[in-house]
Amino acid sequence: MPKLPAPPIPSPLKAPPSRPGEGDGKTPPADHAKHAGITVVDWVDERTSLSGAARWMMFRKVPKGTNWFYTLGSATMFAFLSQAVTGVFLAMYYRPDPAGGAYESIRYVTNDVFLGQFVRGMHKWGSSVMVILVFLHMGRTFFFGAYKYPRELNWVIGVVLLILTMVMSFTGYLLPFDQRAYWATVVGVNINGTGPLLGPYLSDFLRGGPEFGATTLSRFYAIHMLLIPGALAALIGAHLYLVAKLGTSAPPWAKAEPSKELQEAEV
Amino acid sequence: MTDKHEQQKSKYTLDRNIPGAFEGETVTRRRFMTGTANGLGFAAAMSFTLPALGFAIGPIFKSTPHRWETVGTIDQFPENNYVPVVVTLTPGIGEAGKTTVYMRKRNPAIDTDPYDRNTRYIALTSRCSHLGCPVRWVDAAERFICPCHGGVYDLLGVPVGGPPVRPLDRFYTRVVDGIYVQVGPRFSVNSELRRFSPRDSGEPLDGIGQYLYPSRPTAQKP
Repeated sequence: MPKLPAPPIPSPLKAPPSRPGEGDGKTPPADHAKHAGITVVDWVDERTSLSGAARWMMFRKVPKGTNWFYTLGSATMFAFLSQAVTGVFLAMYYRPDPAGGAYESIRYVTNDVFLGQFVRGMHKWGSSVMVILVFLHMGRTFFFGAYKYPRELNWVIGVVLLILTMVMSFTGYLLPFDQRAYWATVVGVNINGTGPLLGPYLSDFLRGGPEFGATTLSRFYAIHMLLIPGALAALIGAHLYLVAKLGTSAPPWAKAEPSKELQEAEV
Repeated sequence: MTDKHEQQKSKYTLDRNIPGAFEGETVTRRRFMTGTANGLGFAAAMSFTLPALGFAIGPIFKSTPHRWETVGTIDQFPENNYVPVVVTLTPGIGEAGKTTVYMRKRNPAIDTDPYDRNTRYIALTSRCSHLGCPVRWVDAAERFICPCHGGVYDLLGVPVGGPPVRPLDRFYTRVVDGIYVQVGPRFSVNSELRRFSPRDSGEPLDGIGQYLYPSRPTAQKP
């Protein structure tokens, strides 16, 4: 099987050869900075060979007809990154204390912290945006037939990512610990409990006991900010790897161009 | 010399062309090293994974002690109407650990459930048996009504409309010193008001339901 030629490096990233006439010690500062940057990148690349991986990931061939619908996956990923960043900074103020401290810390973030309302708003509304984007991305994949061979495994990973996103939404909803959060979680845990045989145990696991107790909130907090985000990040990596490995699919309306031999045969 | 060397080779490793295998070896050294390294790695990983898992699921198997809480005196509760009282299910977490219980005195004319010293006062939970929203007693309608999905229960706590799957759960009650009424642990009932160990909302107890939704392994009857 013939090997595809290596994708070209864009000209701005190529190091220009130094010109013989200009090597007289009067290099402008901009060139110094440029050479310093290239030297650093080269130093790292020589020891890691990362540039090959970066080129493999970024300079891919995409099929004809690629359009804006293909950006929904990246949009979902950026929604996740936004949630991760805002979540990390919200965790600096949040206190998972069910005896009033949790609600008070959220009130403090919202009303008193500089830009607190904005960061919390980003996290709160961003979660809805992420769920919507996940479903749009899933719809794009379905209607474009992009789940078919050889991309089935990526669909499966995507479904797991969808479930993890829903778990994030469910566990995050309790954290403000107001009336809405409390009762929504009571209802949500009981919906989990309606699964036959294992449902009651799942409820007990989520609550950490028979009743909504002292550790339920910290349990939800740990699941929300440690357990699931790690799994999400790892699976997003696998998802992206498969996208780069298998390439994106052409839109269903794109027609394959017949090869030259076939065109000649038709004549 | 060559013959002697051939004799020393182990029959288990003879076909593998591995130099330096000795008579009597049942496993190659490479295989032994690989197995040992994998086994040790597995043991090391399990030594923190298993305790962590047990730590996370341990509360399922922990039994909680029965709590009895005084909610009033015997003359406080009528026979034909409910009085709301607040009891603490989980101490130490403030309002989140409390719940409303609807109480009345047992009325022999309408109460047909098994009678003993722990049901002389009827105490119904305010947790809807559909998904756990708080029901309220509406005096004029003589019904319990759930605000979330429209569950309706009659005076006995038996569902008469909406999605609830079983009657409202009850609490054991007792009278101490002849005057104080106390509320104890919760129990669930099926549609014939037969007692079961406590279940969560949304889990039916009629027919096959009691087997599909097992109670906690540590649930104990008082």
